[in-house]
Amino acid sequence: MPLFEAVRLAFSSIRAQKLKSFFSLVGVLIGVTFLIAVVSIVQGMNVYMTDKFAGALIGINTFSVRSQPNIQMGNTTEEQWRQWQRNPRITNADAAFLQERMTTPVRFAREGWNRLTVGWRGRDATDINVHTVDASFFEIKRWDVAEGRFFTPQEVTASADVVVLGYELAERLFQGRDPLGQTVAVGGLPHRVVGVVAEQGNLFGISLDKFAVTPITSPVRRLANRPQIIDAFHVQADDLPTMRAAEEEANALMRVRRGLRPADVNNFHLETSEAALSEWEKISTILFMALPGLVAISLVVGGIVIMNIMLMAVAERTREIGIRKALGAKGRDIMAQFIVESATLSVTGAILGIGTGILLAFTVREFTPLPAAVAPWSIFLGVGLGVAVGMIAGILPARQASRLDPIEALRHE
Amino acid sequence: MNGPTDAPVIRLEGITREYVMGTETVRALRGIDLTIARNEYVAIMGPSGSGKSTMMNVLGCLDTPDGGAYWLNGQEVSRMIDDDLARVRNREIGFVFQTFNLLPRASALANVELPLVYAGATARQRRQRAEEALSRVGLGERMHHRPNELSGGQRQRVAIARALVNNPSILLADEPTGNLDSATSVEIMRVFGELHAQGQTVILVTHEPDIAEHARRVIVLRDGKIDTDRLHPVRTTGAAA
Repeated sequence: MPLFEAVRLAFSSIRAQKLKSFFSLVGVLIGVTFLIAVVSIVQGMNVYMTDKFAGALIGINTFSVRSQPNIQMGNTTEEQWRQWQRNPRITNADAAFLQERMTTPVRFAREGWNRLTVGWRGRDATDINVHTVDASFFEIKRWDVAEGRFFTPQEVTASADVVVLGYELAERLFQGRDPLGQTVAVGGLPHRVVGVVAEQGNLFGISLDKFAVTPITSPVRRLANRPQIIDAFHVQADDLPTMRAAEEEANALMRVRRGLRPADVNNFHLETSEAALSEWEKISTILFMALPGLVAISLVVGGIVIMNIMLMAVAERTREIGIRKALGAKGRDIMAQFIVESATLSVTGAILGIGTGILLAFTVREFTPLPAAVAPWSIFLGVGLGVAVGMIAGILPARQASRLDPIEALRHE
Repeated sequence: MNGPTDAPVIRLEGITREYVMGTETVRALRGIDLTIARNEYVAIMGPSGSGKSTMMNVLGCLDTPDGGAYWLNGQEVSRMIDDDLARVRNREIGFVFQTFNLLPRASALANVELPLVYAGATARQRRQRAEEALSRVGLGERMHHRPNELSGGQRQRVAIARALVNNPSILLADEPTGNLDSATSVEIMRVFGELHAQGQTVILVTHEPDIAEHARRVIVLRDGKIDTDRLHPVRTTGAAA
């Protein structure tokens, strides 16, 4: 019997008992739903974490020299925490030392940071991230200008009291009016707005556009750190291998500068996006390791259910099998018929599972800040698993059917 | 058709068949010798327990004899394995059952196409030949009805069309009127008469003398042996064998 014929026959059997068929394929449906949804969410998170999270928070091909980690994921021991607290702060001199001695072609930018109130004409925005930076910081962040311009190295040298605003902060303070040339109070100190950064959206629901940037020499720097102290020294390379070389070089130079012996641990921190991502990678690895187990359990259960349904179908359709055999069906024709039917049932479950899995992934994307991206390979895997489970579950019932004695089967009521 | 036309379509030599039922051995067939020529119209009769059903199963290649030899259309089927028997059933035998044995969920056309599916015919061939067979039994108008939308007589006609669709060497009917009223029975027996007149070899298995009367040759089994084997005088149309 041709395959097409067998599949058509299978569908007509499935249609004849819609409800029973549906319940029998729920197991496979759930298994494949798991597969699609979890893979979609984890993969979506992966893309998100590498592209957006790392890019937005640290910068691409960038590392930062800090006294302690800025981004922490996962657990930190009490001891580790105390160790970081004891680390000496990074100074302008440290930055200058590195900048002078590093041979790898890189871009540098110092940064000081504080959370301050920014106000204009009596309207205040509290808890705004204020970065005091070198002009090269804008290049490292790869920001675009929405209005005006970024400040220049000359303005940094001249300690100009200028400020560049994040998109949302500008919207909130000026509410559609032109912010350029206006004077805002940053931590109470007057700064002239020269530019607005293009909108960046949000990360896990937290806005990336509520910030202000001033020159590292501007008056507001006094509110961030004591004189000569900075929070971070950013180093950016054009590509990943160069960054790695630069990182090694910076590490060695910092150890020399801090007078560390070979056995001493670093009393500074080199922060890369990889380090920030390593915790996420642990989580995603665990999810990917647990996934086959979850899927396998559902599929085994689904397979057993389908096998039972098929055994029932063979019992119910004994007479049909007898008729088919009397009319010339060979054992293998009957076997093929039931295996194809079982596989069709299972694949139907898998396809429904792919549908619900994608739906689930989209629901997560729509209603939570978590992203989701459906992986094409997981769809193929879902269908493949459906076929495999159905065929394996069908073997025993199909064999039973193919071995029925036609005389007995025809007598069956 | 295979072989010369004067060669017998069925030849049985010393066929035996035994069943073990619990501790007893039932000797259903105790040495049957029988020859049936092409285009014969034969009724096999006998009381229950005479071996009638076993005879029908052996003739229909649903069962294999324990002893003796069975040639069907020149092939020795008594030594065949299951797959070959399935092929023989498909090509050489058209079954008509008492209970019709149609697939309930399939249309008349799909039921008639079924033997052709296992013969490996293409969809177009199947459809064309199934339509021809249904027209032959006067059901050209009801091809797309399901069995439950047809009367008993119509169902049996579908079954006869299905039996004919592969041009079998023998049409083997087991109590074909057992589930039909007498008017419909007459109608169905007329169909068998017509098919015989067109050259079809027909074998009826029945316990009803009225039905057996339609055949040209009546074989009566008793205790697993042939008791009588006699020819009827010619009654209606068609030539005697």
